[in-house]
Amino acid sequence: MKKLTLALMDPPYESANSTTALRIISAALEKGIDVNVFAYEGAVCLPLKDQAPHANPVKGTTVEDEAHPTTKAFISSLLEIGKDKPLLTWVNCGLCVDERGATNVVEGVKRGSPADFFKMASESTNTLVIPTK
Amino acid sequence: MTRYVFIETRDPFESRDTQFIEDTAIGVKERGHDVTVFLVQNGVLAARKNVRRLGRLAEAGVTLLADDFSLRERGITAEELAPGVCASGIDVLVDALVHKNTKAIWH
Repeated sequence: MKKLTLALMDPPYESANSTTALRIISAALEKGIDVNVFAYEGAVCLPLKDQAPHANPVKGTTVEDEAHPTTKAFISSLLEIGKDKPLLTWVNCGLCVDERGATNVVEGVKRGSPADFFKMASESTNTLVIPTK
Repeated sequence: MTRYVFIETRDPFESRDTQFIEDTAIGVKERGHDVTVFLVQNGVLAARKNVRRLGRLAEAGVTLLADDFSLRERGITAEELAPGVCASGIDVLVDALVHKNTKAIWH
């Protein structure tokens, strides 16, 4: 069974890196490839439950008009797709979580440490590190 | 033989260090390895034929792929791509990443 590990560091709504990473995870799961994600630094905020879509008062549009995507919704969907075979394992770095108070995350996200990333990488077909710029 | 996949996200007009990826990819190719440069995000701005940025990579035999989603976001059509550059889905990148003996470098 092939397995891909990704290390993410960008916080949500800051960089196109997050979009590309989520696309890679989605494509890998579609192919039946197991995926590990180790979210580090600001990336631990990607699955934050407190994210909320918003209206745009400048354009006069409603929440429904905007259909604002949230990273927490994408991650919930990916975790649903990857709940068994293929398996998506998402681990947030615990120290990064504590620094940011980012504890309220969507169901399925685990807490871990860089040691988990080492284990994930050791057991994977390949590892892709996506650093901040 | 090792396979190298360089994932270039940066616009060459914004980031001078895209030259580093070009030089490294060519150097690795010259040492007999299989090399792919996958352009994504603002990296696809280099794929346009009228900017003439990828000639050295194409001549060196490096495989040049440009993410189709990033191309569409920026209104770049297949007709505008430089010789040797192919539009590609992200699934092709995933296949390359899980290929045996592959090293992936994100830039």
